[in-house]
Amino acid sequence: MKRQDYSGVVVTAPVSVPYVRYSRETAHWWIARALKQVLAAAGLKPRDLDGFSVSSFTLFPDTPVGLTQHLGLSPRWLDSIPMGGASGVVALRRAARAVQAGDVDVVACIAGDANRIDSFRQLLSSFSRFAMDASYPYGSGGPNASFALIADAYMAEYGVTREDFGRIAVAQRANALNYPNAIMTSPLTLEQYLAARPISEPFGLYDCVMPCAGAEGFLVMREDEAQARGLAFARISATIERHNAFPEDPVQLRGGWAVDVDELYEMAGCGPGDIDLLQTYDDYPVISMMQFEDLGFCAKGEGARFVRDHDLTIAGDFPHNTSGGQLSAGQAGAAGGYLGLVEAIRQVTGQAGPTQVTSARTAMVSGFGMINYDRGLCSSAAIITGDGR
Amino acid sequence: MTGALPPPKKKNPQLRQVVPTLPPQMRSRAALGLTAAAARGAFLLQHCAECGAVQYPPRDACSACLSVELDWRETSRDGRVIAETRIHASPDPYYRERLPWRTGLVQLTAGPTVLCHLHGDIGRGDAVRMDLKLDKAGQGVMIALPATRSADMADDGQLRALTAHPKHRRVLITDIRSPVTRPLIEGLFRAGAAQIFVGESESWRRGSDHAAIAALDRVSVLPLDVSDAASVSRLAAEIGGKTDILINTARHVRPGGVLGADTVFAREEFEINALGLMRLAQAFGPAMASRTADGVNSSVAFVNLLSVHALSADPHYGAFSASQAAALSISQTLRAEFRASGLRMINVFAGPTDDEWHQPLPPPKVPAAALARSVVEALCEGLEEVFCGDVARDLEARWRSDPKVLERELSGGGA
Repeated sequence: MKRQDYSGVVVTAPVSVPYVRYSRETAHWWIARALKQVLAAAGLKPRDLDGFSVSSFTLFPDTPVGLTQHLGLSPRWLDSIPMGGASGVVALRRAARAVQAGDVDVVACIAGDANRIDSFRQLLSSFSRFAMDASYPYGSGGPNASFALIADAYMAEYGVTREDFGRIAVAQRANALNYPNAIMTSPLTLEQYLAARPISEPFGLYDCVMPCAGAEGFLVMREDEAQARGLAFARISATIERHNAFPEDPVQLRGGWAVDVDELYEMAGCGPGDIDLLQTYDDYPVISMMQFEDLGFCAKGEGARFVRDHDLTIAGDFPHNTSGGQLSAGQAGAAGGYLGLVEAIRQVTGQAGPTQVTSARTAMVSGFGMINYDRGLCSSAAIITGDGR
Repeated sequence: MTGALPPPKKKNPQLRQVVPTLPPQMRSRAALGLTAAAARGAFLLQHCAECGAVQYPPRDACSACLSVELDWRETSRDGRVIAETRIHASPDPYYRERLPWRTGLVQLTAGPTVLCHLHGDIGRGDAVRMDLKLDKAGQGVMIALPATRSADMADDGQLRALTAHPKHRRVLITDIRSPVTRPLIEGLFRAGAAQIFVGESESWRRGSDHAAIAALDRVSVLPLDVSDAASVSRLAAEIGGKTDILINTARHVRPGGVLGADTVFAREEFEINALGLMRLAQAFGPAMASRTADGVNSSVAFVNLLSVHALSADPHYGAFSASQAAALSISQTLRAEFRASGLRMINVFAGPTDDEWHQPLPPPKVPAAALARSVVEALCEGLEEVFCGDVARDLEARWRSDPKVLERELSGGGA
């Protein structure tokens, strides 16, 4: 069956609460700050919000249900998206359908996480049952070690070098220097990238994100509602979502995007050449490179050549992760799964300020999440469009 | 290839001793199947009873057909390394002290991909033999080993952390009179043990082996009576801080059932076989448990020799069987109590041994040399539970299959 389009639904009010490396504040505190800002943008009171979608790793023992009482909300539609880096796009596509069907008028989609001293270690040791049983006891390197194994196999299979990954990291740092909320504020050269201390070979320090605390958010509503409230908005052209793709692959050299990418472009009625900017989920540069391939910007195994042939900075021919991505802006838990989407909304609505890509109208955002055992299980992507204002 | 591990330097007594830490020890109930297999040196994975699909990591339902009938079965150990990494950063205290640490992905010929520890001699592309071993937390973990053995491969640091290898270690064997003591000394030295202390009770009446053992290089015969708390404490005060492996060979056996037996003999069996173990653990355990991270010759294991009739009584050795069941139970509590230190409690079970107290029994009986081999193998492989000899293995299999049937067979009801 042909999928229904998202006509009449828009995404608006992009909000990023500036990240901090360590914070004593809770996920509740971070989520409250993002929520207050998205509601203020739309002129809504908390009590009037009828839809709420939450992504967070650190709410325990609470769930989004507890948050409604904690934050004084009374929604008729409540969602919890525990998909890490895929959360932003998934929250968007679920909220969009609910709005489209009339189950809800306005959905506030928020991701936020705390990062206290030692909370990252605690998160890693019990991240999932398979991680607890079959990956964390092996050197306890966390996702760095697990993705280092994927990177090692990927480099061997396709002849990719660390320099190739470095080009992605270096371009993102250049972008981050324009993004006022970025955790990383000093330039990064390819030489520095290559000389960094090893974290889990082949990864060095600049292949890895900085865990931090922060929150991101946006609103999903009907187009007429956005117009009535005077909000700049983006339309949703297409979305995809996939979990545990290619389970028979002995090691992850491709993600679920490869299953669904044709449908993504078909639904959007465009091709890779029509994308003005791309926001990938960059927990590691190798995963961004995989997305260039699996989302059709180049053939499988051509990712390294692609990054050699393109300028990935804001002013370049292939603007990528324009706010610096998680590698340079920081990874605020589940908010890392929102970072690219929130930046893309700002870009296509002309609100990106210092990171603005000239005449950006069509953006692709892709998500990737949840290394349950040996690979990331969730993949997602969306194409959104705005009129650049 | 792994080079031979050099002997440790003399310790600087002014330096603080490293406090033992453990690798992550939380596991799901299904994953404990790996631990149970590792404890006895088996390589078992879950196989779906309906479709045959081999599963890893352990789970509760088949990922091919959703059957919940998953049987732990012996599985091919063959595989190939498809990715490797050397970890330089970890938030976990145990691994932080041991970085860098190598892990890899191994594709098993049986199907699944296994994330595992990597032996130092192998890397991406190599054919490997997988092994399940207990780590310091007492949990079963996967390690990829070279497909062919080499001379010093056991000296690899990551492998050695999973075994209780005697190389460069100092061992106390508690009873010079046990027939297993002499071959055990030889086996331990062959495996590279540095020094061996041998306990001797009632030194005024020396056994036939005394002179030969006392004359051995790097062997010291010291007074030890496991039925006497003061004697055990005295020896622990002397050598407790340098006992890396303790092997309890002391035992007292008298034939006879329960009805006609003299409780004086029974008390003696309990004093030595059960309470003797308890006294040794109380005197030596704390010092050993504090030294499990103490470098190349850290303390590593407490070995207990048991009759397989600890599992189900032999009515011809009624009180003795009871003392063995008590000793087994005590060893289980000790295992729990040693858990936080990583000190391994090893039980080696044997059938009737080929000695004076089992003289009228028909073969097969376990020769002392075979029992000694099993003990050394348990240490070298890092096992927790070993059944030595055909009788013990047969009895273990019958006990696993149905303890009640076994009991009836042992009491003469079998055909």
